[in-house]
Amino acid sequence: MRAVSRLGQSLLAPALAVVIALVISAAVMLAIGVDPFRALEVMVDFGDTPSQQVTAIVVVLNRAVPLFLAGLAVAIAFRMGLFNIGVEGQYRMATVLSAGAGAAISLPAPLHILVIVVVAMLVGAVWAGIVAVLKVTRGVSEVISSIMLNFIALGLASFLLTGPLRGSEPGASIITTKEIPESGWFPSLNGVLGALGLANPPRQLYGFLLVAVVVGVLVAVLLQRTRFGFDLRATGLSASAASASGVDAKRMVITTMLLSGAVAGLIGLPDLLGSNHTYGTEFTSGLGFLGIAVALLGRNNPVGIAVAALLFAFLDRAAVPLQIAGIPSSVVTIIQGTIVLAVVVANEVSRRIARRQAESGVAVAPPATGDGSTGGGQGPDGGPPPDGPTGTGPALTNASGAAGRTSPTGSTS
Amino acid sequence: MTDSAPLAVELRGITKRFPGVVANKDIELRVARGEVHAIVGENGAGKSTLMKTLYGMHRPDEGQILLDGREVVFKSPADAIAAGVGMVHQHFMLADNLTVLENVVLGAEKAHGIGAAARARIVEISDSYALGLEPDTLVEDLGVGDRQRVEIAKVLYRGATTLILDEPTAVLVPQEVDELFGNLAELKREGLTVIFISHKLDEVRKVADSITVIRRGTTVGTADPRTTTAKQLAELMVGAELPTPQTRASTVRDTPVLQLRGVTVAGQGTRPAVDGVTLTVREGEVLGIAGVEGNGQAELVDAIMGLRPLAAGTVVLGSDDISAWTTRARREGGIGFIPEDRHRQGMLLDAPLWENRVLGHQTEAPAAKGLFIDRKASIADTERIMREYDVRAPGPDTLAVALSGGNQQKLIVGREMSAHPRLLIAAHPTRGVDVGAQSVIWELLKDARAEGMGIVLVSADLDELIGLSDTLVVMLRGAVVATLDPGQVTPEQLGGHMTGAVTDTPAGAA
Repeated sequence: MRAVSRLGQSLLAPALAVVIALVISAAVMLAIGVDPFRALEVMVDFGDTPSQQVTAIVVVLNRAVPLFLAGLAVAIAFRMGLFNIGVEGQYRMATVLSAGAGAAISLPAPLHILVIVVVAMLVGAVWAGIVAVLKVTRGVSEVISSIMLNFIALGLASFLLTGPLRGSEPGASIITTKEIPESGWFPSLNGVLGALGLANPPRQLYGFLLVAVVVGVLVAVLLQRTRFGFDLRATGLSASAASASGVDAKRMVITTMLLSGAVAGLIGLPDLLGSNHTYGTEFTSGLGFLGIAVALLGRNNPVGIAVAALLFAFLDRAAVPLQIAGIPSSVVTIIQGTIVLAVVVANEVSRRIARRQAESGVAVAPPATGDGSTGGGQGPDGGPPPDGPTGTGPALTNASGAAGRTSPTGSTS
Repeated sequence: MTDSAPLAVELRGITKRFPGVVANKDIELRVARGEVHAIVGENGAGKSTLMKTLYGMHRPDEGQILLDGREVVFKSPADAIAAGVGMVHQHFMLADNLTVLENVVLGAEKAHGIGAAARARIVEISDSYALGLEPDTLVEDLGVGDRQRVEIAKVLYRGATTLILDEPTAVLVPQEVDELFGNLAELKREGLTVIFISHKLDEVRKVADSITVIRRGTTVGTADPRTTTAKQLAELMVGAELPTPQTRASTVRDTPVLQLRGVTVAGQGTRPAVDGVTLTVREGEVLGIAGVEGNGQAELVDAIMGLRPLAAGTVVLGSDDISAWTTRARREGGIGFIPEDRHRQGMLLDAPLWENRVLGHQTEAPAAKGLFIDRKASIADTERIMREYDVRAPGPDTLAVALSGGNQQKLIVGREMSAHPRLLIAAHPTRGVDVGAQSVIWELLKDARAEGMGIVLVSADLDELIGLSDTLVVMLRGAVVATLDPGQVTPEQLGGHMTGAVTDTPAGAA
């Protein structure tokens, strides 16, 4: 089946990259005097009792949910060729303000949660919207403005936390917002675990997992099946061809950034609604940047992002057991970093291979960065055109014939 | 032949296969030292594959390469360079933010270092071949012709005695072509050998000492440029009588489809790119726009499509003033668009063919169903287009990049025709396509015209313009400077109007 072989081809590069990254990481571990096999053993050891094992899985899942959302937010913009580096700032702003809003109001449970979610999405969208407006009206590169807005967001969030939204006692070592009342807590899925006959762990499995799954499905459908998604992907593949086809480039930038920001706004909510119930100085940071790595690893595809998020969550969970085993937990960071590097390289290599195959008329697999955004990706012109700009000629033919492309009747896969 | 001196380059029975296709078969090529040898052939005939073989970019499956009578085997371009074969690519490979000196030396630092010796050598090359290069100029400040001379200098700096020039004139304006030919004469005088790849037969006849013709991957003969006419060469290339773009009887009706009134588009400097263009296209009429490239045709097309804002004037489609409409509204309103540069504006190269079928028609059946893309219908319609318009590809899932230029263009033409537009903007519709696809596209345009479609045809191919158009206008510096009857005008007269040499017929704008 063509689809199966395509899937296989598109999985090959990231899988290979992960393997290569593990080999490199192992070498680094050896260099710093850590036994890589011992480290691996600790990382995959989920505990002895069923309760410990289920807890470990819950920890991984709870960590994967925000990573998945972050990857999704980055990927939406990536697919259009926009680099939303500002996811970090967008989710911090969204989380602090929605935490403040959630604590300030009191509503029946489902409505209370809904209000918090809507506020978070709106704030994320507005914060990303600033980037879009700057780009459309002033031509400011979204990379620069979103990075700068990250700093502003961090500063603003600190100000809000210590000033107007402060809920903790003066003198407390950890500053937090006021706690959201219980009607604004997202129910956990531990009941489901029980129904599956698994041990009920002390940790709560975030109910927000379901929201993330729904968002993932919606984004996948939006990108792959709708007219809007087609316009978005077309712009990512070739902005000039998209605008010639009738896509309004400026409007597209704005809607895409709003959408990306809205999803980014959700990133902090699993923790906020599931366990912390406050935003504070100890709130998980760096998810926005990890999201970029997750999106890259998942090749901007919702299913791939889910896998990548689980992998990163698995690595994250290992940090504590590693420390307990006397191994520096920065091993995890090293592995994550090398994975990202290896994936960027692998994507680019497989993109080139696919393109070369395509150009010489061989059966075609989708290029690694068919979304035209990851890694160095391609410019607006999509790299060197196979038969180039051609001259003004007499009645006969133009163009240099890149032979081998003359009859692309390559074998079908 | 019993030449005493061995041939500079001789290829014997070169065969190169790619999966599913034989790109070169039994190629025989004999190039004497100190001559300009042209290789001509239509698009996709295998010229570039052959040159890549000679330059060591891939190994031939069969056959021998002989340089100065000795057999050589090239594993990489580095081997070819070491053996004195250099290539000037069609797409320049220069770093804009480096100087001429730095560009030439880059990658060949071992030859003469990067200091005074290198500079002396470059000046020497520039002087002895009259390239006129200044080592310290930034490449970004150079024009296309100068950049090409930098590329030639790069090759000479690396010690090449045989130069391969891949479509060197494709990017040049006529003046620069003459300069290039002057440089080639210098190279020849110094005893260097030049292999010149082209499809422009007039140029080939002007510059070459001998010609080898390639057709369908194999050499079909050699010709003497002094005794062979362009038409004979062309027929040798195609292997058949040439198709002609001649249209049948006039089908022009009274109803105007497109009216431009004083359309003006801002240019880069103070001079507008399009300057007060007023014209009318009627149903069943082909309006040809002639002009040397860069005289506002591309900007005018963009303005009609809504891709570039108007500084003044109005665009009227049928009876609607569409000046303020978006590109999408214009396309939905019945304008079809065959863009000048299909890779830039017409296709998503890394997307499958069926998505390229959807492109530009995202909002219309069969591509769209409500707010969703109808995959099934789009794929089915792509299959229909591939059948009806003879697009040769494995299937609708094939990536567009895998298709030859001609097949890509046929898909674009088929896609635009399938929406049954009222008005078709065809910018260089047969550029870079092979002769077969060219005649198919001409037939399609003729049929569409007969059905009452209005067509704006922008082309640099004068025979195509004269043959297909009902009315012919000439653009010069953004303005319409002449309106001609294609039945009366000769390519020479048209050329005179295009360069501004003839100005006696004042613009009788319709």
